[in-house]
Amino acid sequence: MFGYVVRRVISGVLVLIVISMAVFALFFYGPSDPALAYCPETRCTPQRLDNIRTSLKLDRPVVEQYADYMKGIVAGNDFQAGTISIKCGAPCLGVSFKLRVNVTDYLISKFPATLSIALGGSVIMLTIGISSGIFAARRRGTVADKGIVGVSLVVNAIPYYLLALLAYLLLISQWGIFPESGYHPILKEGPVAWAKGLLLAWLVIGISSSTQYARFSRGSMIESMNEDYVRTARAKGLSDRRVTMRHALRAAIVPVVTIFGLEFAYLLAGTIFTEKIFDIQGIGLTGLQAIGTKDLPVIAATVLIGSAFIVVANIVVDIIYSVIDPRVRLS
Amino acid sequence: MSSSQTYSHAAGQPAAGSPDEPYLVVDDLTVRFPTADGLVQAVTGLSYSLEQGKTLGIVGESGSGKSVSSMAIMGLHDYKRTRMSGSIRVGGREIIGLASDDMRSIRGGDVSMIFQDPLSSLHPFYSIGAQISEAYLAHNKVSKSKAREKAIEMLDRVGIPQPKSRVDDFPHQFSGGMRQRAMIAMALVNDPKLLIADEPTTALDVTVQAQILDLLQELQHDFNSAIIIITHDLGVVAEMADEVLVMYAGRAVEVGPTRELLTHPEMPYTWGLLSSVPDVSADTDARLIPIPGNPPSLLDPPTGCPFHPRCTHRDKVPGDLCRTELPALVTAARLGHTKRCHLANPDQIYESEVLPEIAPDLVDLVVEDSAATKNDDAAPGGAIASENR
Repeated sequence: MFGYVVRRVISGVLVLIVISMAVFALFFYGPSDPALAYCPETRCTPQRLDNIRTSLKLDRPVVEQYADYMKGIVAGNDFQAGTISIKCGAPCLGVSFKLRVNVTDYLISKFPATLSIALGGSVIMLTIGISSGIFAARRRGTVADKGIVGVSLVVNAIPYYLLALLAYLLLISQWGIFPESGYHPILKEGPVAWAKGLLLAWLVIGISSSTQYARFSRGSMIESMNEDYVRTARAKGLSDRRVTMRHALRAAIVPVVTIFGLEFAYLLAGTIFTEKIFDIQGIGLTGLQAIGTKDLPVIAATVLIGSAFIVVANIVVDIIYSVIDPRVRLS
Repeated sequence: MSSSQTYSHAAGQPAAGSPDEPYLVVDDLTVRFPTADGLVQAVTGLSYSLEQGKTLGIVGESGSGKSVSSMAIMGLHDYKRTRMSGSIRVGGREIIGLASDDMRSIRGGDVSMIFQDPLSSLHPFYSIGAQISEAYLAHNKVSKSKAREKAIEMLDRVGIPQPKSRVDDFPHQFSGGMRQRAMIAMALVNDPKLLIADEPTTALDVTVQAQILDLLQELQHDFNSAIIIITHDLGVVAEMADEVLVMYAGRAVEVGPTRELLTHPEMPYTWGLLSSVPDVSADTDARLIPIPGNPPSLLDPPTGCPFHPRCTHRDKVPGDLCRTELPALVTAARLGHTKRCHLANPDQIYESEVLPEIAPDLVDLVVEDSAATKNDDAAPGGAIASENR
């Protein structure tokens, strides 16, 4: 098991290195010039452009810049530019072109907002998704079952940004049913303000993602309810509830866990639409703004962090798998 | 049609609910499943009874209704998708129409069941011990540690070595035979008065089969429970059963004491079953004759005798009787067993036509046999070749 995890971590690190190279390549060989973004349009002279290039170290070869970047991640890299000095310990993801701040610290400060969205959204999506999936599976073929499957297909067909935007415009701006959205740190402003600001974002993410869990757990549940061991459980004289929850669901939940593990990593990597629409300053919105200002260190860092979440989630899912299914042994 | 069916055992039964009634009485049981393609007539007008300490073997091809009728005793059919009529009385208590809570107390308590494939019938995510103690806890108000002790005791009872450490093993860590032993331990943990074994040895190695059958017999002796053993293996029936019920297309077609029925079968379907059993020690002249054709569709069963399309002896019956009229289940030419067939002299046909072909060395024996002589060779072991999956 230990050897397995080590091997998986090593291959994960290799994946991340390749991704960081790809981001650098896209940035430097792409059609736009980052220095131009920081040169005031009206007074932009070639001299000034060169100065910007030099101060952002864009004038140096790509390979050298990349090596510098990797060195920062491993060993840290303090920056000195004129009068400004920025400390950046390992893992240093560079200094933002635009904000002149340490990107690592900057993104860490944005992370709680994204984590809050991901946690609350996941609770809602799993609760609604799995319980309606079980409900439908137990009443297969009835009106209730067809209703759940139908509604989930319709909700699934609505583009997420449209759903989120309509929810925001109608429920907050127009009718004022929900409190104004935004991120209020739970430690500073208390859990009530925290939950109030995120409530609608949670509901929108939860409900729209719950539909796939509803259909998935319904299918998985129908399959496991036809298994011989569920018949054995009934033959023992157990209650319907126990047969469903302890025997059928126990087996049906395994594939759902796999999907959820990866989905959660995607949420942590940044819920761009949600953060943008509900004005929550998380990783996703930060990354989006960095693309607008061609702020390479921030873009590279958000991509790298997102990829790291997905790599880690894959490993964690495999480990959880071996815990919840005693037949699986990692080696 | 079903109401006209009587046979000697049923005629001799005491009235319903009387204290002398056998432990299990199935009376005119009919089970139907409405499906998109039509009504599946899985079991029609089935009647039998079984006393404590006795074993009934139910034999037939797949789809003959043997499992469906036994699942009905356990109340395992989804009542929303099943139409049942007739009567099943367990210990004098009517099962059909029983409230689901009452049914649950019988299921796994007084009546329990073991299934064909122990690997798929055990939950892969729970330990053997947890699954056995769960069955015990469902019917007894005891602590979890008491239930665990009981599980260890049962594993020991069914011959699992080192039960104290194996109790925490998962099903995939057990061998096939051990899994079936664990299933038996689970079924017997509540000391059931009736055990239904649905093809308990089919998925097992031949060497393990005999051990499991021995174990069942030994436990039956100790617990004095009634056993229904569902199988398509006549060897299993010969070893285990006191009585045999042969089913075809959802109906009983021949019923009788095991030795009597295996040595003097009077229904061409039973002949077919016997002639398709391979036997390593048999006469090399003996032929293995499969039953021609396929089991009938239960959506639209054949008219008259359901076996007539596959019956090689139907031309011996005058007129169109086999095709037009369902034969009643009547007393056979020899006393003690009943059959459902129009043939006027089946005993002579069996001795002169069937037996010489399938077991030439037995002809003289059987002809001389007057039901009292020992004749175990007529029930060779092995699976029925015509089994149609």
